[in-house]
Amino acid sequence: MRQLKAQIMDGAGFERTLKRLAHEILEKNKGAGNIVIVGIRTRGEFLAKRVARTIETLEGVTLPIGFLDITLYRDDLLGKLEQPRLQGTEIMFDITGKDVVLVDDVLYTGRTIRAALDELIDLGRPNTIQLAVLVDRGHRQLPIRADYVGKNVPTSSGESIRVHVTEVDGEDSVLLMHPEE
Amino acid sequence: MPLHSRHLLGLDGTKREDIQLILDTAVSFREVLDRPIKKVPTLQGKTIVNMFFESSTRTRLSFELAERRLSADVLGFQSVGSSVAKGETLKDTARNIEAMKVDMVVMRHAASGAPHYLSRVIDANVLNAGDGSHEHPTQALLDMYTIRERLGRLEGLHVCLLGDVAHSRVARSNIYGLLTMGAQVSVCGPATMIPRDIERLGVNVYHHLDDVLPQIDVLNVLRIQLERDAGRFFPTVREYHNSYGVTRQRLEKAGRIVTILHPGPINRDVEISADVADSEHSVILQQVLNGVAVRMAVLYLLATAS
Repeated sequence: MRQLKAQIMDGAGFERTLKRLAHEILEKNKGAGNIVIVGIRTRGEFLAKRVARTIETLEGVTLPIGFLDITLYRDDLLGKLEQPRLQGTEIMFDITGKDVVLVDDVLYTGRTIRAALDELIDLGRPNTIQLAVLVDRGHRQLPIRADYVGKNVPTSSGESIRVHVTEVDGEDSVLLMHPEE
Repeated sequence: MPLHSRHLLGLDGTKREDIQLILDTAVSFREVLDRPIKKVPTLQGKTIVNMFFESSTRTRLSFELAERRLSADVLGFQSVGSSVAKGETLKDTARNIEAMKVDMVVMRHAASGAPHYLSRVIDANVLNAGDGSHEHPTQALLDMYTIRERLGRLEGLHVCLLGDVAHSRVARSNIYGLLTMGAQVSVCGPATMIPRDIERLGVNVYHHLDDVLPQIDVLNVLRIQLERDAGRFFPTVREYHNSYGVTRQRLEKAGRIVTILHPGPINRDVEISADVADSEHSVILQQVLNGVAVRMAVLYLLATAS
């Protein structure tokens, strides 16, 4: 059992952070015109929906939104102890020529994002792929960085970050957990 | 939760949750088949050998496509012209192939139980691609996937297997799988083609197609295996067609929308009329596409279980 070290975000902070990310995405892309939002399953799916909703409210547009299950592109699949259950990729639009905003909860080693980039490239040729994450906890193992970061949280590699979203966990919060004992 | 077995030898005894997991997993692979690049890197570095000791076009191509779309390395093997023709035993053939560090073996064999035997003598995962008149589990899984895709469920549906049930491994695997998934299963055909005591498996037996048609949701039309001397079991092809051929008139008379499956290759105007095979209630070509996705799912689930 991991023990709680600190709460990084509460519900209100979580919501404000997502709103800021939405504003930054709009600012950098000069509007929502060419944007599509893609959330990485599981938690990134819900964050993506909320970022998309905020952008839609701000701009009065409807954004294409899709979800990526990167399991089939993982680099540790054949050595994993527990077999992941596939949830499927659902991107019902052509991403070619689009500015794809990839949304995930935590950026850590960068391996998930590598897998997501490979999968996206198999689906089409986007104009750009940008990355938005709620938390960047460091410890990258690949040359990958985020374009939009909710909060940078310096961690030791033994610690872990837990992101809770209302849709799955009943509340919005980000928790920093002590290393496993 | 991974599958309960390291091999897929048959659906007899396969747990409901395992069938459910395979069908659910196949949905993700079905999506991959709609992409511009229909290939994922999932099984990179795995080697799969397809050992077909009996001729096959569609199943072999479907497995091979599934394997390649998962980025596995694929070896082909046909018994004709191979060492089998030189008198090597199955065990020696398998051991030699295993010595080449193969991870999975897909096997079709004329002898019932051959893949079961193989699974006991080698370490690789074994997938049964049809053994004698015993089982053809991936065919039944793709049939169930296709039914579920079209009708939204399996539980509570009434499915009839029509034709040479006695010599059909497709029928046997379908009976086991469908009953496990909570469907009602009937079989229909001339008495010479229905095994005695098949009721004991939990199926209803009909000898008149017109009796069963008004009651069913799905009709799985088995191929009349003319090349295997199926003519021994009925007087003439024309008579078989008159009694058991699935025709538009028959379906209209039954007054019920029946989804039509056929494992292929079809004999047009023998077991099924051309207009029914091409009608909107026929899902024969969907079966072929879904077959690749279902086989990808089984390969994935067996290869990634620790």
